[in-house]
Amino acid sequence: MRLFFAQFRRDLLVAVRSRSDAANPLAFFVLASVLLGLGAGAALAPGIIWVLALFANVLAVEGVFRRDHDDGTLEQLLIHAQPLFPAVMGKLAAHWALSGLPVAVLSPVAAVMLTGTTTGVWVLMLTLCIGTPALTLLGAIGSALTVATGRGGLLVAILVLPFYVPVLIFGASASTAAMLGDPVAFQLLALAALLAASVTAAPFAVGKALAISQEY
Amino acid sequence: MEHDLLVAENIRCTVGDRVLFDELSFSARAGDLVEIRGPNGSGKSTLLRCLVGLHEPDAGDVRRPVDGLYVGHRSGICGRMTPIENLRWLAGITDSNADDGSIEGALGRVGLDDARHDVCDSLSAGQQRRVSLARLLVSAAPLWILDEPLTALDDDGRDLVGNLLARHRAIGGAAVCATHQTLPTAPEVTRTVTLGS
Repeated sequence: MRLFFAQFRRDLLVAVRSRSDAANPLAFFVLASVLLGLGAGAALAPGIIWVLALFANVLAVEGVFRRDHDDGTLEQLLIHAQPLFPAVMGKLAAHWALSGLPVAVLSPVAAVMLTGTTTGVWVLMLTLCIGTPALTLLGAIGSALTVATGRGGLLVAILVLPFYVPVLIFGASASTAAMLGDPVAFQLLALAALLAASVTAAPFAVGKALAISQEY
Repeated sequence: MEHDLLVAENIRCTVGDRVLFDELSFSARAGDLVEIRGPNGSGKSTLLRCLVGLHEPDAGDVRRPVDGLYVGHRSGICGRMTPIENLRWLAGITDSNADDGSIEGALGRVGLDDARHDVCDSLSAGQQRRVSLARLLVSAAPLWILDEPLTALDDDGRDLVGNLLARHRAIGGAAVCATHQTLPTAPEVTRTVTLGS
């Protein structure tokens, strides 16, 4: 736990000091929601918001290890953090708190802008609260694999989008069902299962990928 | 054998088809200073990364029964944080029990008293190097692995490195050091490993 909090605090501090980096994906989410609200119909709103949240997530997670790799703090972490699991979790938790969480919190506003009604917006927010940490964990694997190549971007998107698909399907389906007044328990449970699987497996994969990235 | 802080046995590293070194063996005991020499591109940094576990040698064995502290080519210092915050984080992820008092003391000893609350991005290259050196004072690791520790330092900084090494060896530590310059050190370098010959 000490490792988790040491890394969590540090990454929050660094993120707050580099606000503009952290704000970009969020700005993308807000702007795209506003524009789609003006340009598209209401029927697809939950799906649209989920796709936007997913893209905002790829944008954010793609660079999660870049700065640490460039300044050498990543290699220090790999040398000293024993075990690596809590440190990786701390890092990703801090990252999610400033990327996925704000998107989830803002999603009801985006939904109201798109649909004009408040039906189902809380379920939408709940699905994003469960789904975006899973996306961050899965995306971090791709980010860790590409960090040393210096070419994240599209490559990360191509690597991780297949893993994002189940999360997107259950998240969007639950949100759509909620808007129509249908039951959502199954989709929520499936999302929670995906999150549980990512929490247990992804940090190990990230740690392994980071270790490989240092071999050159 | 049991006093060895570091043993490298027949290690071999290649880059593409080129063999950087092969059948390389050496060890370091308490009080030793091992110097790694060789021209640019001869594999000094790769060797050090093998020693600290960041790079897997293609063959051979590295045994390191104690904690190692690595000051590499990349500073390991986050530019968005102040020297104090950087060292605090490092103490947090290592098993060091350094508190704020000892961190400030370390920064004072490396001559960064005035800069300790500035973010590291605003410091000069030499000052950033000194933050890296302060890590040596905060850590309790018995083995230091240093890649070009004299880069970007002024004369005073070179003396500081010399003093740190001497003190570390006197209290039973060992150091492996890759450099092109003459290390400002007394006692003498224990052994020199030359690469690319």
